[in-house]
Amino acid sequence: MSVLVIADHNNESLNVATLSAITAANKLSDEVEVFVAGNNCKDVANTASKIQGVSRVLLCESEVCVTQLAENIAPLIYQLADKYSHLLSAATTTGKNLMPRVAALLDVAQISDIIDIESEDTFKRPIYAGNVIATVQSTDIKKVITVRSTAFATASSTDTAVSIETVAAPVDNGLSCFVSEELTKSERPELAAADVVISGGRGLGNKENFKLIEDLADCLGAAIGASRAAVDAGFVPNDYQVGQTGKIVAPKLYIAVGISGAIQHLAGMKDSQVIVAINKDAEAPIFQVTDYGIVGDLFKIVPELIEALNS
Amino acid sequence: MIILVAIKRVVDYNVRVRPTTDQSGVEISNAKMSMNPFDEIAVEEAIRLKEAGIASEVVVASFGVKQCQETIRTALAMGADRGVHVETEVELQPLAVAKLLKTIVDKEKPGMVILGKQAIDDDANQTGQMLASLLNWGQGTFACNVKVDSDKVIVSREIDGGTQTLSLKLPAVITTDLRLNEPRYAKLPDIMKAKKKPLETLTPEDLDIDVSPRLKILKVSEPPKREAGVMVADVTELLDKLRNEAKVI
Repeated sequence: MSVLVIADHNNESLNVATLSAITAANKLSDEVEVFVAGNNCKDVANTASKIQGVSRVLLCESEVCVTQLAENIAPLIYQLADKYSHLLSAATTTGKNLMPRVAALLDVAQISDIIDIESEDTFKRPIYAGNVIATVQSTDIKKVITVRSTAFATASSTDTAVSIETVAAPVDNGLSCFVSEELTKSERPELAAADVVISGGRGLGNKENFKLIEDLADCLGAAIGASRAAVDAGFVPNDYQVGQTGKIVAPKLYIAVGISGAIQHLAGMKDSQVIVAINKDAEAPIFQVTDYGIVGDLFKIVPELIEALNS
Repeated sequence: MIILVAIKRVVDYNVRVRPTTDQSGVEISNAKMSMNPFDEIAVEEAIRLKEAGIASEVVVASFGVKQCQETIRTALAMGADRGVHVETEVELQPLAVAKLLKTIVDKEKPGMVILGKQAIDDDANQTGQMLASLLNWGQGTFACNVKVDSDKVIVSREIDGGTQTLSLKLPAVITTDLRLNEPRYAKLPDIMKAKKKPLETLTPEDLDIDVSPRLKILKVSEPPKREAGVMVADVTELLDKLRNEAKVI
């Protein structure tokens, strides 16, 4: 049977996390279809139609779908679900919001945040903030799954496009309506997909000092992350948070500055290729996962690092 | 209106959990147990809505082993009015919890259900959305601000790129994110008073809900360990290692 991947997008472009979900879907079946629900989002469907391993794209364009409210989109996916053995989405906030609603309509469990596929019904997923990996087997006929994007490579694009078919628009059930959105504007790479991430913690002391992290990130073309402590203290917006309940990142290089390394934070970054920590406390737990650590005053070390990188 | 809050008893967030030697589960027999931190935020939000005169009563529900009653007492000490415990030894998964909650919603007719966005043990992040789906209600997940406005609730949500605000028709389901509020500590006299607050005990059979797990846990293992790294003396050595050894810059 075929697999349906629900695209995460903003009506203009496809979220790269969806490319990882497509890779996961291809491990389950050769027939992978992508569902794009939105409005004026043909570009997204066109992009999806040229991704390696995708055999068909379903497109639903409607005013009702424009902000992708789960209340309206979930019944639409439920209606399409019949012919699919698996329904997948990236474990983004959009996917996490939507997929359990679909699973409940289908009366099946959801398998959240998978990091590996053992067979068509058996998956690996982290529990307890990633301190433990569970291998779980679904006994349901259909599998509703969210995919941890850092655990699967991104599917590549091809020159040939597969067909795009139109799906009828849903009726607005009036349960919810979109009011507004405040998105953090940044010229930097997206946190979840960046090659280099510089994260700051409580050790920065205040919002003004967080500029040091920005300056260092600029030297390396890096994205900026933060510990929960830094977000709670108001140094940076909530969408910077790396950890169990924030963003999961796995860049080539992760530099933790003034972060002690609570297990909840480690859960979000310990799969990074190379981890560097700068902390004044030699006993800080962050050093247990670092490849290279420097013990010392970040206010001295980070400016030195910036200077050395700029020269 | 009544507000129903769902709470879960979980291994305390400070405990580092390990697999059992036979890898059939996790070693938690002597671990400290607490209320799921996101659920504490849910209880706090409900109590604040009562203090603001919007809610008339806060009912907390917890499902699972007998000791869940201790977790319910904690919520009652914070200021909730009464508790419902559905007792079972079965390992409850999100779909089963959502179904149990629905039966309580059908009976109590709350104007809002507030839950934590995820439990820090199974990290599923499903129950609230599943409940909203079963009830055909609106859902405000990952909430960082909740404002009731007559027959609607305005919910700001923490999303990947920033914050989104939705307006939901009441009744609705809300799931809490970390920055919605800071939960209060129960005071000693309130802990004493909480012992006398009503707590109803039921079983899944009373509610006629099949709670059998849909996911079988085949194995639980430790994630691959990172090799211990080295400490470097200064920035020069660090950059040398990053350029020539790790080759990441």
